[in-house]
Amino acid sequence: MKLELRQVTKKFGDFVANDSIDLVVEEGQIHALLGENGAGKSTLMNVLYGLYAADGGEILLDDVPVHFSGPGDAMAAGIGMVHQHFMLVPVFTVAENVVLGTEPTGPLGLLNVQQARGIVQEISDKFGFDVDPDALVGDLPVGVQQRVEIIKALSRHAKILILDEPTAVLIPQETDELMEIMRQLKASGTSIVFITHKLREVQEVADTITVIRHGKVIGSALPTASQSDLASMMVGRDVDLGVRSRNSTDGGVVLEVNNLDLADEEGRILLDDVSFTVAAGEVLAVAGVQGNGQTELAETLIGLRKPTGGEILLHHYSSLQPDDASDQGDQQVTTTENLTGKSVKKVLSSGVGFVPEDRGKDGVVHGFSIAENLVLDQVDSAQFSRGGSLKMKSIASNAARLVEEYDVRAGSANATLGTLSGGNQQKVVVARELSRDLSLFIASQPTRGVDIGSIDFIHSRIIQARDNGTAVLIVSTELNEVSSLADRVAVMYNGKFVGIVPPDTQRHVLGLMMAGVSHEEALAQAGRGTTSEDTQAGAAS
Amino acid sequence: MSTTQADMELFDAELEHVVLRPRSWKLPIALTFFTLVAAAGFCLTTPVDTISKVAIVTGNRWLGTLTMNLPSFISILVLTIAMACLAGFTWWITSARIYNLGKIRLASLIGILFGTFFVLSFLLWAVAGKTGALQFTSLLSGALFLSIPLIFGAMAGTVCERVGVINVSIEGQLLAGAFLAAVVGALTKNPWLGLLAAPVAGALVGCLLALFAVRYWVDHIIVGIVLNVLVGGLTSYLFSTVLTRNQDVFSMAVKLPTWKIPILSEIPVLGPVLFAQNALVYIMYVVVIALQIMLFKSKWGLRLRSCGEHPRAADTVGIKVNRTRVINTILGGAIAGLGGAYFTVANGLAFGKNASDGRGFIALAAMILGGWKPKGALVAALLFGFADNLQMSLSAMAVDVPSQFLGMVPYLITIFAVAGLVGRVHPPAMEGKPYKG
Repeated sequence: MKLELRQVTKKFGDFVANDSIDLVVEEGQIHALLGENGAGKSTLMNVLYGLYAADGGEILLDDVPVHFSGPGDAMAAGIGMVHQHFMLVPVFTVAENVVLGTEPTGPLGLLNVQQARGIVQEISDKFGFDVDPDALVGDLPVGVQQRVEIIKALSRHAKILILDEPTAVLIPQETDELMEIMRQLKASGTSIVFITHKLREVQEVADTITVIRHGKVIGSALPTASQSDLASMMVGRDVDLGVRSRNSTDGGVVLEVNNLDLADEEGRILLDDVSFTVAAGEVLAVAGVQGNGQTELAETLIGLRKPTGGEILLHHYSSLQPDDASDQGDQQVTTTENLTGKSVKKVLSSGVGFVPEDRGKDGVVHGFSIAENLVLDQVDSAQFSRGGSLKMKSIASNAARLVEEYDVRAGSANATLGTLSGGNQQKVVVARELSRDLSLFIASQPTRGVDIGSIDFIHSRIIQARDNGTAVLIVSTELNEVSSLADRVAVMYNGKFVGIVPPDTQRHVLGLMMAGVSHEEALAQAGRGTTSEDTQAGAAS
Repeated sequence: MSTTQADMELFDAELEHVVLRPRSWKLPIALTFFTLVAAAGFCLTTPVDTISKVAIVTGNRWLGTLTMNLPSFISILVLTIAMACLAGFTWWITSARIYNLGKIRLASLIGILFGTFFVLSFLLWAVAGKTGALQFTSLLSGALFLSIPLIFGAMAGTVCERVGVINVSIEGQLLAGAFLAAVVGALTKNPWLGLLAAPVAGALVGCLLALFAVRYWVDHIIVGIVLNVLVGGLTSYLFSTVLTRNQDVFSMAVKLPTWKIPILSEIPVLGPVLFAQNALVYIMYVVVIALQIMLFKSKWGLRLRSCGEHPRAADTVGIKVNRTRVINTILGGAIAGLGGAYFTVANGLAFGKNASDGRGFIALAAMILGGWKPKGALVAALLFGFADNLQMSLSAMAVDVPSQFLGMVPYLITIFAVAGLVGRVHPPAMEGKPYKG
């Protein structure tokens, strides 16, 4: 089926999310929609899928204008969508999720579970998905959940499949498998709209590329275009895709974590015997698929969760006074603090900075001003308050200085934080944390939902902190971020550290480790078949 | 690279490592406390030579009524020792981190056993030395009857919350049902027509809840509370104007019949408890069983639950979320309204001000305690009904505990039960959150 969008416009208040967008997707093509976070790609697809009503323009299927008043209409017309945030009910089984809305029923409206299972099984077998129809969706890994979404779309006979940022949650191997699935679907005549901001994937799988920026179509490109050309189309200026210089200095160990365990009340194991160190002046990046214990690790280190075993030690270094040092050479004095099970306040005041994973929920107060958000964790310091009253002047001057230094784009420091873009909000969080005197900086997903310009800026500040001798621990699911920041990479799987490897480790070796394969084993596998095509062939057969 | 190497070796040397689960000492502490209460409160205060009489009506023509004369002190002592053993056992399993026996969760098993022993020892203590016997069968069958409004209310709450609407107005729906059932019953002189009218009244309250909560996105709890006050005020007004001025018509109470099911009512003990009951009890059986099956096995239930768990997912497969919510909120109201008939036509009483007397809130607690499942809510509601009936039976027997204290028991149980168990069950993920499409 051929899909055409003509002059589609969508506004939210004054904000134009989609500005007269034209797009043609030919039958049996993989059409990539490339653009940054917030460029308007998802909005456009939600308009197409009937979730939002367009403010202008029209949609044509096989040259016939159509009008969708809801997703039901879009589905009936043969459009299927795999959303970035899966539209699956976690407490339902795979079969229940797939048939929801088109349930096969028996007498009294009771579900025909056998038939529902059959639908799942048939599509699963056809594409080699290996999905158990009776598994609870909430128990499945994200990669499998995504296949359930695809099965759901195919079971409704989708001729056009929209994939919204499908690789954001996948490890490299799963991404390769997904691309293979996309090629299979294409071969069976399905048109695919592939929304992404990842250049490598676009080049690998797309037939045509349309680039969107600030809600407008910037132009088209072929997958043979170079990465830097695509990137500058996407961002609107030249982008440096290079990797930063590594740290070579040997600092002393600042953070020492020994055999850290964490389990919840139900006995689920979240951290299992995690041991590592982070030295002054180095970045240790923790990579892994979302939900393998990284979030909990950061929360435990900062004191939000109480570990059930192991210890967290923070070493402070200070140079000896000359008279003390006379008989000990140039040794430094080490004081060690045990932070195991200490309160967040105590941990922060020991010189630990923390950027939480979910900015909106844990990092900032949306209704407060920028200035107020910049002192959230320091309001009881003598600098910003006396007794119970705030020192407004010093809060204002602190804000003025940090807004300038961290390039926070806002009308004024008194602007409500909620009015800022994601990137600027994140800069406020980073500014607040780095403005204190830190010996350890922990950042969870420091650039999630942030535009490329701000990503660059935040990365450079993190590197600057490292170069000033701060120990840095980054938790990230973005391999690009991991490889551009890290001095060492720790890979987590199922609450365990699978290994700690150098940052130049090959992508698919990291990918295998993220699936729980040990470093040696991953290297051996990588040695057998170095290209991703080989791995795919193995997986498909 | 040197650190990397060292780290690698560390992983190689890793031995079998066990992550310990955090321990909660709540259960052993609670059980020890209640054992001490039983020992000091029941065991030590019972004179050695008293007798506790217990009568069990089996309902069976051959077994008849069993009357037992139990030595109070010895019986209570045995029960207290059993409780002490259970308490000690929980200390041990908690420190040894033992959670399950086969597939059974030990904490639940121990909780049920301990609760039974505690209640039994209390009963034996309460009737110790009394001339009248403890009527065990009527204690149970009365409990079942008293549970009716709680069960219907909890079913209403379950339907509404599963679809994503918090229903705090169960109380108002019960009251509206009670009112209309009484009025229609009195006017037509037919209890069955009254019974038919009850769900209509509840559904009307449900309509208002749906209108404000789903259509206008008002906070569900606030709408619910306002509706309770509204229905309370409205029925009181109509009671003191229309009803009291036409006493000759409206004080004529009609009553639903009590049916003894042949054969089934002959089952020893269970028969008279379950199958010699008011007609509304049998309707309740049907409603609970139907809901339990339909919620989890039917198309209707699947769609309903998807709107409460992930409304956007439901929307993306073409389910009209808000329409589903409105329809089922009204249905929930109707179920609660039907339960309201208990207060008037099932009991054979005329309508009185505030007839529902807070039962709607206890029903809400039963729903939570039952884990938003019909069968769970049923068990929880029966527990509350039992506590209610215990209070009534004991104050009738002139037991030496102020009836006000006994009256508090169901509510105390509610608080402890909800606080202690709620952490383990999960409400529908998106209940109380408006869906804005």
